[in-house]
Amino acid sequence: MKTFTNTGNKDTRSGFGAGLTELGKTNPNVVALCADLTGSLKMEVFQENHPERFFQVGIAEANMIGIAAGMTIGGKIPFTGTFANFSTGRVYDQIRQSVAYSHKNVKICASHAGVTLGEDGATHQILEDIGLMKMLPGMVVINPCDYNQTKAATIAIAEHYGPVYLRFGRPSVPNFTPADQTFEIGKALHLIDGSDVTILATGHLVWEALEAAKTLNELGISAEVINIHTIKPLDDEAILKSVKKTGCVVTCEEHNYLGGLGESVARVLSLNHPAPQEFVATNDTFGESGTPAQLMDKYQLNSAAIIEKAQKVISRK
Amino acid sequence: MNSNIPYLKDLTTQVRRDILRMVHKVNSGHPGGSLGCTEFFVVLYNVIMKHNPKFNMNGEGEDLFFLSNGHISPVFYSVLARAGYFNIDELNTFRLINSRLQGHPTTHEGLPGIRIASGSLGQGMSVAIGAAQTKTLNNDSHLIYSLHGDGELQEGQNWEAIMYAAANKIDNLISTVDLNGQQIDGSTDDVLYMGDLKAKFEAFGWTVIEIDEGNSIEAIIEGMQTAKSKTGQGKPVCVLLKTVMGNGVDFMMHTHAWHGKAPNDEQLAVGLAQNAETIGDY
Repeated sequence: MKTFTNTGNKDTRSGFGAGLTELGKTNPNVVALCADLTGSLKMEVFQENHPERFFQVGIAEANMIGIAAGMTIGGKIPFTGTFANFSTGRVYDQIRQSVAYSHKNVKICASHAGVTLGEDGATHQILEDIGLMKMLPGMVVINPCDYNQTKAATIAIAEHYGPVYLRFGRPSVPNFTPADQTFEIGKALHLIDGSDVTILATGHLVWEALEAAKTLNELGISAEVINIHTIKPLDDEAILKSVKKTGCVVTCEEHNYLGGLGESVARVLSLNHPAPQEFVATNDTFGESGTPAQLMDKYQLNSAAIIEKAQKVISRK
Repeated sequence: MNSNIPYLKDLTTQVRRDILRMVHKVNSGHPGGSLGCTEFFVVLYNVIMKHNPKFNMNGEGEDLFFLSNGHISPVFYSVLARAGYFNIDELNTFRLINSRLQGHPTTHEGLPGIRIASGSLGQGMSVAIGAAQTKTLNNDSHLIYSLHGDGELQEGQNWEAIMYAAANKIDNLISTVDLNGQQIDGSTDDVLYMGDLKAKFEAFGWTVIEIDEGNSIEAIIEGMQTAKSKTGQGKPVCVLLKTVMGNGVDFMMHTHAWHGKAPNDEQLAVGLAQNAETIGDY
């Protein structure tokens, strides 16, 4: 079985910061806006390197989204930065009208997504953002899995014309994808071959899925693992190809099962190839304070949960 | 552009006819605010702005306008068409299925002259600020204009934008507020009293120009020229434009009743009789 090496834990938000730094050097049209969370979003280097292209908006997210939309008129490519909760739910109507409906080339970059934001608790831990963003016509939704992939995704979205929601997180997590990868929007990444069950994971859950596959292998279960870094547009072809082979699927995400990756996958399967599916996701609930590890454990967003759901879904075949 | 006063007055009358006929045909739309701002739009697009009817979205090398209170789309569409952005016959399709002239303006259907969707209120000033900052980044010395309803200022996002524009010395922006004192549910004073808007804008760090006769072509030209002269001085410029909602159609004036209601056949005939055809109906 193919194995993956953690080259050292790093936070995905720092991958975003590194990608933005790179873009600052290579693309003069890239501008960055932040709503008083420059350090949290790791945007300081871009700010230092390009003060004329960095805009501190203050604690005013609605205004930030509107300004970003306006900046596209004249050819700029704005990257907005704040927490996922304030990037989506707080400004849904601004994104809907001024960005998505107006088809503006704005990149909404959101850190601290999901319960792994940790101790600040449920007011700051959004578990609904993928749903909010994927429902907007024309919006691309990306949730990369580690530092290297987040950096690559940040660089790639500057080349895509149109609105993008880029979701990443706060905690340090294993960094295991290649540093020199090219990120292709909408192209699922096949990580491990298997024949008994397909595990489709996004974001922080991808590493957990790899860990789960190792244990399942020891139990005599052959799990196929695919990294769904792009939730919209979804790689239907890759999903169907795998599920036609394995006959069942577990979807894994740090998000509510309502509106998340799992529901998008369920639609693809029900239209093309109905198959048993289990969800590793939060169960229509808010989060709470705690360490990221404690929360992933309590809300069953880890390899143990994936193993349990994999065994269950195989029994339903 | 043709900026002689008799022509501008004829155009104003013709635009009023367009507005009445557009909303009457589909029995919906917002004639009140549209009629109140007709002179402003006519002056903006024929005297004040340097703009190119051969539309391109980025608008480099020209002045740009953003309509924040998108419900007054009839006046916007009529003035754009009569400035050459699209054929005036297309005004016939206002609010109809498959039309580029949606109920509220949008870029989605590719209508020339529209650079942002508006309708959900309170977002246009932020957009205008962003466009103004891009002008600065691009070393483009042209100006950004925006229009907002007075009732619209009840949306909090405006005040985020007003604060930001002053703090960042956005001085290539002229934001006009249509002070007609009316909104859907009644007078702005009754619905949510907003106090002294001039003092508020000034307290936030803006230069404020008042146009007391906001339905006078001559007064608007003079006021907007003054506003232009105040740009480039480190402060954003606000124009408080005092208009009469429903101006030019006597039974629609001085009331909120015609904010979002179309005239019936008889009312249309009265309105058109008060605004005889000038440069030609669509």
